[in-house]
Amino acid sequence: MRSDLTVEIAGIRMKNPVMDASGTFGFGVEYQPLMDISRLGALVTKSVTLEPVCGNPPPRIWETAGGMLNSIGLQNPGLEVFLAEKLPLLHGFNLPVLVNIAGKTLEEYVALAAALEQAPGVAGLEVNISCPNVKEGGMAFGADPSSAAAVTKAVRAASSLPVIVKLSPNVTDITVIARAVEGAGASAISLINTLAGMAIDHEKRRPILGNVTGGLSGPAVKPVALYQVWRVCQAVRIPVIGMGGIMNAGDAIQFMLAGAAAVAVGAANFVQPDVMLEIIDGIEDYMVRHRVAKVNQLVGALEIT
Amino acid sequence: MTIKAVGVVSRAKPGQFLHIKCGKAAAPFLRRPLSIHRVDKEQGLLFLLFQVKGAGTLWLASQQPGDVLDILGPLGNGFKPPARDSALLLVAGGIGIAPLFFLAEEAAAKGSLVKVVIGARNLDHLLLLDKLAEAGATVLAATEDGSFGFRGTAIDLLTKALQEEKADLICACGPRGMLAKTASIAEKRQIPCFVSLEEYMACGVGACRGCAIKVLTSDGNMDYLNVCSHGPVFAAGEVAW
Repeated sequence: MRSDLTVEIAGIRMKNPVMDASGTFGFGVEYQPLMDISRLGALVTKSVTLEPVCGNPPPRIWETAGGMLNSIGLQNPGLEVFLAEKLPLLHGFNLPVLVNIAGKTLEEYVALAAALEQAPGVAGLEVNISCPNVKEGGMAFGADPSSAAAVTKAVRAASSLPVIVKLSPNVTDITVIARAVEGAGASAISLINTLAGMAIDHEKRRPILGNVTGGLSGPAVKPVALYQVWRVCQAVRIPVIGMGGIMNAGDAIQFMLAGAAAVAVGAANFVQPDVMLEIIDGIEDYMVRHRVAKVNQLVGALEIT
Repeated sequence: MTIKAVGVVSRAKPGQFLHIKCGKAAAPFLRRPLSIHRVDKEQGLLFLLFQVKGAGTLWLASQQPGDVLDILGPLGNGFKPPARDSALLLVAGGIGIAPLFFLAEEAAAKGSLVKVVIGARNLDHLLLLDKLAEAGATVLAATEDGSFGFRGTAIDLLTKALQEEKADLICACGPRGMLAKTASIAEKRQIPCFVSLEEYMACGVGACRGCAIKVLTSDGNMDYLNVCSHGPVFAAGEVAW
C-alpha cells in the first residue's frame, strides 16, 4: 500500500504537507540548482511588497545557540518586478505557489491582493502581519486582534484566492489573534513567524545587528512554536500551517500531531538545501512504520491522557 | 586543509567560496563561508587557508585525514580574469591572502605580471611569501611592527608601490578599512579595482538576503546586494564604503 501524503488546505491541493517558510527560500529559483523544487507540497515566496524594499543595514544575520537572528527587513524587488521576472520562473513546476504579501498600510495589502488575483499561477496568498523587522506595518498589524482582522477582511474582499494569515508569536495570547482572523474570513493560518530578539557585543557595547533587533528562528524556537501551534489548533477550525525550528521529519510530524495540517521549513534550508526533500521522505517512512495510510490522519493525533 | 572534491575543483574560479557545514550536530548552526585558497585540477584537490576564529573554524581545524566534509560550492562570482600581459596588483591584509593566492597563481600562469602587496601585524602573520614567489609573483611585504619587510601597513606600501610602477588592475582582500583605502587610492589613480568582501551569511545561494552589503547604484541611489550571490567580489567603486 502506498502512503498518501496529499493534503488540501483551503482548497489548495498539495502532493505532500511540506513547504518552505517565507523568506528562507527566496523566490524558489535560487534553490533550483540544488534540489528538485517540484517535489515540494507548495512553494511560499519571500514577502512581496507594493514598492521595492531595500531592507535593513548589515549585519543582518547572527548565529545564536541553536538558531539564528535575522533582520533582513523584507528586502524584495517589489510587486512589478515579482510579476514580470520572478513569478514566471515558477510556472511549469506543477507546484502550488503561495505568494507572501506585506504592506505598510491596509491599502497596500489590498493593492497587492488585487494585483495577484489577476496573476496566473498563484494558488493562494499568505498575508504577513508578523514581520518583527520593519518599522511600519509588519508585526504591528499582527499584534492587535482588531487590526489583524481588518487586514484579513480587506484582503479577503480584494481577492478570491485562499487567504492564509501568518501570525506572530510576539503577542500575549495568540489564540485571540487566531480567532480574530478566522472570524474575518481567513482560509487558513500559518505560524509562527520569528520571535523578536537581539544580540549585544559587550566589548563594544553595541548591538550586533544593524537594525538593533531581529527575529529568532531555528531549532531554539521549536518548543515555543509547537506550543503556539497546538494552542491555535484548538482555538480555530480553519487549517493551520505549522512552522518554527523544523529540522527533520520527526520535527515536522510533531507539528502535525499538535494539529498542523501542513508544515513549513525555514532556517533548516540554510543548513541543508535539500532538507525539505529529506523531510518528505522521512514522513513517508514514518507512515509506513506506523501504518498510517493518509498523512492527514496524523493531524491533531496527539494523545494526551 | 586539503579537500578532495573533483566536481568542485573543475568549476572553481579564484575568488569563489565554499559554504561548509562545520560540525555534525546542530551547533554551530549555520554553515561557514570560506574562500577557496587554491586548487589542484589534476588531482581534484581544494585547499583552504583559514584562521581559527570561533566554533566553526575550530571544528574544521580539528578534522582528520579521511574525514568527510559537507560543502556547498563553488559559490559566488569570483574575480574576473585579468587580461593577458596586464600588470595585476594584489593587495592582501593578513588572512586576506587566502583567495588572492589562487588569483595570483592563475594570472601568473596565464602571462600577467603579478605583484602582491601583503601586509600583516608581524612576521608570524605574513603568509605564503615563498609560495607567492614560486608562483611567479613579485612580493612586497609590510609589517606593522617592522619585524619583516617594509615597516607600516599594506596601504602605505601600496601607495609607495604605485609611485614606482603602474598597475592595470588592483584586486584586494582583507579588513574592510584596508579595502576602503585601497578603493580610494585606485579611484584617484583611475585604476580598475575589485575587492572581495565578507559578511555574516546564512543561505549562501542568494535566497535569504542576509549577507547584504550597501552599494551605490548607477543612478546614485543606494541598495543592498548579497555577498554570496552578487559577490563576494565587487567593483570597488560600487561599494558604499
